Amino acid sequence: MSLPVAIVFLPLIAAAMTGLFGRSLGDKLSQLITCLALLAAAALSLFVFQDAVLAHHTQSIVLLRWIDTGPMSVSWGIRVDSLSAVMMLVVTVVSAMVHVYSVGYMAHDKSIPRFMSYLSLFTFAMLMLVTADNFVQLFFGWEGVGLASYLLIGFWFDRPSANAAAIKAFVVNRVGDLGFMLGIFAIFVLFGTFDFTPVFAAAPQMVGKTMAFLSWHPDALTVTGILLLIGAMGKSAQLGLHTWLPDAMEGPTPVSALIHAATMVTAGVFMLCRLSPLLEYAPVVLNTVVVVGATTAIFAATIGLAQTDIKRVIAYSTCSQLGYMFFAAGVSAYPAAMFHLTTHAFFKALLFLAAGSVIHALGGEQDMRKMGGLWKLIPITYALMWIGNLALAGIYPFAGFYSKDIIVDAAYAAGSSFGYYAFILGVAAAFLTSFYSWRLLFMTFHGKARMDAHRLSHVHEAPPVMLVPLFVLALGAIFAGYLGYESFVGAGQAAFWGPSILILPIHQALANAEHLSWMVTHVTLIVGVLGIALAWVFYVVAPGLPGQVAGTFALLYRLFLNKWYVDELYHAVLTRPVGILARWLWKGGDQLVIDGLTTDIPVAATRALSIQFSRLETGYIFHYAYAMLFGVVGLVSWYLVVRP
Amino acid sequence: MSHLLSLVIFLPLLGGGIILGLRGEAEAVARNAKWAGLWTSLIVFGLSLLLWTGFDTHAPGFQFVEQAEWVPVYHIGYHLGIDGISLFFILLATLLTPLCIIICWDQVKVRVREYMFALMVLETMMVGSFAALDFVLFYFFFEGVLLPTFALIGIWGGPRRINAAFKFFLYSLIGSLLMLLAILALAYHLGTTDITVAMTSTLSPEWQYWLWLAFFVSFAIKIPMWPVHTWLLDATVEAPTAATVLISSVLHKMGAYGLLRFLIPVFPEATAHFIPLVFALSVTAVIYTSLVAMAQEDMKRLIAYSSVAHMGFVTIGVFTLSQQGVQGAILQMLSHGIVVGALFLCAGVLIDRTNTREIGRYGGLAYVMPGFALVFMVFTLASMGLPGTSGFVGEFLVVLGAFEVNTWVASLSAVSVVLVVCYMLVFYRRVVFGTLVATDLRGLLDLSWREKLVFAPLLVLVFWMGIYPASFLDPMRPAVTALISRGIGGVAHSETASADVRLAAISAKVTP
Repeated sequence: MSLPVAIVFLPLIAAAMTGLFGRSLGDKLSQLITCLALLAAAALSLFVFQDAVLAHHTQSIVLLRWIDTGPMSVSWGIRVDSLSAVMMLVVTVVSAMVHVYSVGYMAHDKSIPRFMSYLSLFTFAMLMLVTADNFVQLFFGWEGVGLASYLLIGFWFDRPSANAAAIKAFVVNRVGDLGFMLGIFAIFVLFGTFDFTPVFAAAPQMVGKTMAFLSWHPDALTVTGILLLIGAMGKSAQLGLHTWLPDAMEGPTPVSALIHAATMVTAGVFMLCRLSPLLEYAPVVLNTVVVVGATTAIFAATIGLAQTDIKRVIAYSTCSQLGYMFFAAGVSAYPAAMFHLTTHAFFKALLFLAAGSVIHALGGEQDMRKMGGLWKLIPITYALMWIGNLALAGIYPFAGFYSKDIIVDAAYAAGSSFGYYAFILGVAAAFLTSFYSWRLLFMTFHGKARMDAHRLSHVHEAPPVMLVPLFVLALGAIFAGYLGYESFVGAGQAAFWGPSILILPIHQALANAEHLSWMVTHVTLIVGVLGIALAWVFYVVAPGLPGQVAGTFALLYRLFLNKWYVDELYHAVLTRPVGILARWLWKGGDQLVIDGLTTDIPVAATRALSIQFSRLETGYIFHYAYAMLFGVVGLVSWYLVVRP
Repeated sequence: MSHLLSLVIFLPLLGGGIILGLRGEAEAVARNAKWAGLWTSLIVFGLSLLLWTGFDTHAPGFQFVEQAEWVPVYHIGYHLGIDGISLFFILLATLLTPLCIIICWDQVKVRVREYMFALMVLETMMVGSFAALDFVLFYFFFEGVLLPTFALIGIWGGPRRINAAFKFFLYSLIGSLLMLLAILALAYHLGTTDITVAMTSTLSPEWQYWLWLAFFVSFAIKIPMWPVHTWLLDATVEAPTAATVLISSVLHKMGAYGLLRFLIPVFPEATAHFIPLVFALSVTAVIYTSLVAMAQEDMKRLIAYSSVAHMGFVTIGVFTLSQQGVQGAILQMLSHGIVVGALFLCAGVLIDRTNTREIGRYGGLAYVMPGFALVFMVFTLASMGLPGTSGFVGEFLVVLGAFEVNTWVASLSAVSVVLVVCYMLVFYRRVVFGTLVATDLRGLLDLSWREKLVFAPLLVLVFWMGIYPASFLDPMRPAVTALISRGIGGVAHSETASADVRLAAISAKVTP
């Protein structure tokens, strides 16, 4: 059995063991099995990374025939190239850290084996996604991580809010998947196969062709790309399909860190990069990606300004950072998107787990208005939160500085109006990002302690089993940018990515980003520092200021606080009407019209008719005699009169 | 073993005869009847497995053929045979019958002997319909299903059983009468009632249209298609669990099987003519019944509506007349047979314990019935078409086939992937998740070993068909290829021909 296969299936075996026999294994053994499996997978991923990326050894392993009708055939397989090797490493390392952290975080939970099993199941599905060799297996992983996400959001199934959030996540993702599925079908109609290699090879020949879709004949690659993009938008919580991500924070915090920050939500970005050989020939799709990404980046950042739930703030920042990755892919700076994906996985997982440490210390409190003054009580968590924030805000020399900077620069260097649009919104969002990040930090750790005395007395630093994973992630948040810059997006990028990412010579945003003026390359750093300063003024120097500002711009504040009323809009336009339509179709359509026409009316008519006929049978002899007499007379006269 | 097929068909009837002849103390009779029924159906299942192992995967024609004269004057013959299309439906019927006997072991308390007899007769009729190669013989089996089902609903059903039984019977009867007329007309035209002859005949288009419509109405009622689906709701809700499972898992398939066996090969031109009609009805079924399912409070009703929606995919797939679509439709039928049957069994497990079908009465069952929660989750996910389960492969192939011929049909029917989540996950949440409020639910027992025994093979099949569907797709491929080339009016019967057709369709779609 080869190494990549072992990496993918170790988590599955662990998940199956703990999921099916968790009760007999017990909590300790379940934790041990899953953590060991994941740590082993992470260690093996290092070797695969070395083999695939540094030694340029790409391979495609076919495991089993899957769906085969003759003209259409698709197999289970594992594809290892630079792109999937990077993703494997990120996924297994973060997942292993989250597994270990969960041992401490979930220590008092009743269903530890079930939790560990779901985490490992998620990791398996995510690995199937990133190592997919064809569109259908990509979809398998896609839906698999969706399932795991659903199970983990709704992990505390006695909470109605958790159940609602879990179902919402599944439904919104399915809307994206609907587009994804149709996109996959379009791929098959165009290329006659689902496998990546032949599809990518034939992509240039499809330029300029049209295909029948609904009642139109749009450009074939454009319509395919847009359909696939809808899938990516659903999974990566982009504008319009983002509503599930903040609600998903109902799940336990390790879940938010692993699934809703570091890995699953980046699947959309990964897909865009994986499909670069296709998207490069579909400029309309790329421009759409830029608009969607840039708009999401600023949109989510504005909401982050007004939220008071510590996890929701970080969730909106995730949404916003995914927007950056999207528009990076849109300007053909796929390596930059992957770079930010990698650094983001470390610092955002760190932020979530640090927030989890705060929540753990406060016995489950998530409202920042009831925090404050914690820095002396939990200094290690405080320091880790600083590291995460500095990386998120893109402050030199932390990881986010390198990756966010190159994205914004590439947008500018793209030179198109779409590029400038992304550049302006990206810079603005960077300012907001650092403002709300330090708003979170100041509200949580500084000022007066606003929780009750009982809670305050129980505040404690997290146990080592939770802190060690945080240290590992903090190392990534500090050094990943500096270490990865050269190979991911710098001079070594061509060798690093090899053939796994295609950038056409006409799309030189990333290459040109090296030669920009000082002002452009440092603007994100400048606005980042400004954001921190402003947050310091607002929340430390003059704590009365935020209230005043909110009062002055009441309309805007309410818009941000209520998340631009998107949920309310969907409820009014979709959820409620569909519910009403459902009842109406049932009571009116099925029971009244269909049953009426096919059953009730015929039954009533038959009954009425039979009553009329039964009236003929009076039982009086003379009635029958008269009827016979008239009949005989009638027949005889017919024979006599009419016949001749 | 040249009479293997006859043996599989009539062995249950023999068992039924023995059961009916049982005499003695009521309790002993009931026990013996159950054991006799179980052993008979298990032996039948074993024999039907021989059909699978002995089946030649590469041959397109009929196998295990048995032919004898029956009514020579009218050229009516006793003609049996199976191909890759019918093989798995026979297996489905022979698998589910013993499972149904096991699940109703303690449920049925009155007239156990007659109950077992009805199940045995039903099995004979179901298997017979999938193996008959003569119209009259087919009609005999197809109609023969009505009587035991009518009895199962009407005698052992719920409070409104009489109403439901008659609705079921009348609906089916109207369809059957039309089919009988069509068969008479066909026999008059062809001079024989042999199906294999009819499959290569050429009828004039006018006759094709009328006969097609007559057959179609009959099959549409059985499937059931929108808008003739309402009989199903009353029937499945009122019927005892075993009958509900057999109606939804096997009886629906007889209708869809009819489309494949008769409509397409015997009336290819009429089929092509009516494709838009079928697509319109099917897409309506998929969306309409999915929406209606969202409004249901009765769990059996909800599953029944979801069943209609899933059968909508089958009719779409059949009429795409593409390799993907038709194979997908058949796989979807098999998956539907397993998954919807299993969902009704899940509902049966709950109704057994609490005696209520109302979803709102449940909640928090994960606390007391974790094993059930897991099993129910798997089938819920399969019903939602999650990749890796059987539900995905069929639906995927059907919509792929539809996308190749008509993107409107594909896009509209694919909307159901969103709707199905809305009703299935909400259903699951309301039953299994939440807090355990109702006091009478606290004492519920998890799955018994007997229930586990029933669910185990179904779980295996759900994953088998989802992960390695080649075991099922390979044997049906030659028969489907032959069917499509007949349906499209092509002459070549080879596999390359169908690939050419697909490529031709694609090149027509993609224009430079």
